[in-house]
Amino acid sequence: MLEQAFNGLVGGAFYALLALGLAVIFGMLGVVNFAHGAFYMLGAFGAYMLLTDWGVSFWVALGVVPVGLGLIGVVVERLLIRRLAGLDPLYNFLLTFGLALILQDLMKREYGAQSQPYPRPSALSGTVDLGLFSYPAYQVFVLGVAIVTCLAVWYVLSRTRAGMVVRAATERPELTRALGIDVGRWVTPVFGVGIALAGLAGVLAAPMRAVNPLMGSDLIIAVFAVVVIGGLGSIFGSVAAGFAVGLFTALANLYVPALSQTLVFILMVAVLLWRPAGLFGREEGIA
Amino acid sequence: MIIRLLAGRPILLAVGLLAALTLPWVIYPPVAMDMICWALFAVAVDLLLGFTGLLSFGHAAFWGTAAYVSGLIAVHSGLPFPVAVLAGALAAATLAVPIGWLSVRSTGIYFAMVTLAFAQLVYFVANQWRGLTGGENGLQGIPRDLFGVDLSDPFFFYYAGLPIILAGLWCAWRVVRSPFGRVLVAVRDNPARARALGYPVEKYKLLAFVLSAALSGLAGGLFAIGHGFVSLQEVYWTTSGQAVMMVVLGGIGTLWGGVIGAGLIVELNDYLATAGFEEIGIVTGTVFAATVLIFRRGIWGTARHLLTGHSGRRGRAGAGRSAAADGEAVRA
Repeated sequence: MLEQAFNGLVGGAFYALLALGLAVIFGMLGVVNFAHGAFYMLGAFGAYMLLTDWGVSFWVALGVVPVGLGLIGVVVERLLIRRLAGLDPLYNFLLTFGLALILQDLMKREYGAQSQPYPRPSALSGTVDLGLFSYPAYQVFVLGVAIVTCLAVWYVLSRTRAGMVVRAATERPELTRALGIDVGRWVTPVFGVGIALAGLAGVLAAPMRAVNPLMGSDLIIAVFAVVVIGGLGSIFGSVAAGFAVGLFTALANLYVPALSQTLVFILMVAVLLWRPAGLFGREEGIA
Repeated sequence: MIIRLLAGRPILLAVGLLAALTLPWVIYPPVAMDMICWALFAVAVDLLLGFTGLLSFGHAAFWGTAAYVSGLIAVHSGLPFPVAVLAGALAAATLAVPIGWLSVRSTGIYFAMVTLAFAQLVYFVANQWRGLTGGENGLQGIPRDLFGVDLSDPFFFYYAGLPIILAGLWCAWRVVRSPFGRVLVAVRDNPARARALGYPVEKYKLLAFVLSAALSGLAGGLFAIGHGFVSLQEVYWTTSGQAVMMVVLGGIGTLWGGVIGAGLIVELNDYLATAGFEEIGIVTGTVFAATVLIFRRGIWGTARHLLTGHSGRRGRAGAGRSAAADGEAVRA
């Protein structure tokens, strides 16, 4: 039971990291990034490629891959996303959908649809004694990294000047601009950071889950449901909903295994009935 | 003069009908069948996207549900195939009532995400309900039967199925040109004003959603009978995405555009498949992204713009949030 709860939190960590990136990007750009799952998949493949082609270890990949993907994100924003800014946000949703198809099938062409193995880093191959039960060290590490990352993003957003500007630009872009702050300057880096978070989740997933081209697409739709539950545009809501959905799913898996894949969507229906704007969303936030 | 003539509706209609009637002579008949099914599916999606301003990314739920229901009825009851197809459409419409009721409370991008999530829910249910759907093996051995007449030759089945598709297209065309359709456009362009004028906006959206789902179901049911096989692919999100892709490529809010987009994408998929190129997403994704980036009016929208000098009914995705949405890029 407690162990299942822990599994749930680890699963929720991936939801939370992806939902966090989605929410940050949505807040700043008003874009729902369909390709977010594809970038998560690229993160896992990035770690895999570094290991098999150059023998680069997991620890280096953990730093290099998110930064690399963040830079790719910056290029994507500059070259593509920016061109549709100011239009109906649905166009960017469609654009990133096309992008997701391209990235997914490019990797399929290169590596095939089957899963690639990625070994656990040796330092984390054992188990940790958590008092009541022992637990794989790697899963504990994933949970730790996810929590630290979420806290770090929260710290940057709430305690630093850069975060203040981003929050202001998210909530009242016109007013922020009127106060003499160049909102446009922040759009590209924020997009890059969001993509980097997806890449980080991907690297973390590589030793735990199968590395294959389709790993992102199913996950991203569940993450959409998570974001709807938390409230689109609410960064805290997305993270909290991510962990909560992970926890509920794992517990459901214990009692009603058939529900494990569908529970996130059923929770979404319940939330839509009760609070259409999401648990932490504001009514006016629906756009 | 020729341009004026070409833009005239009766001539267009005649050309379209002629194309539909001669298609299986020109194209391999099963591919022709796919084309007309996808054409109706795309038009159904356009009914919602182009004329109500709602981008559904979950229409595979209706197409796929109808495919399963039609297939199951044909397998187990031996009723003539049009009955099975109609039952499939009815099932899709029934499913659309709760999904639509929950989804139309949200608009724009939110609506797209919610419908996508619902479709994924339907996908997982279909996947787990192996006893009924066959799970990953799919539903196999669907007969093509019409009062004892064997229609297993795809060439003849095309002509047996065509009236159903034409009826569906006619229905969409009627809806768009009816007073109901005008209200939908008003809801798309300015929901606040439509509400102020006394129209129950959510009810109109829901009705459009259910209608669109029923037409998608009609297409999906016929598709299932035509293939004699239903796979999980029919309820997968890529199927929803492909229908949206066809609409955008052909031109949002044009109806004809969906037909043209469907024809092109099905042909492209078939060409790539016969060439042994499996990673179709690389090509279709690129075509789609390019359309969204530089060619937002789509093929039909652009043709109409060039021929008549005006874009007619404005093809616009979304709930009319920005006046700049009409195809012209505004750089931030």
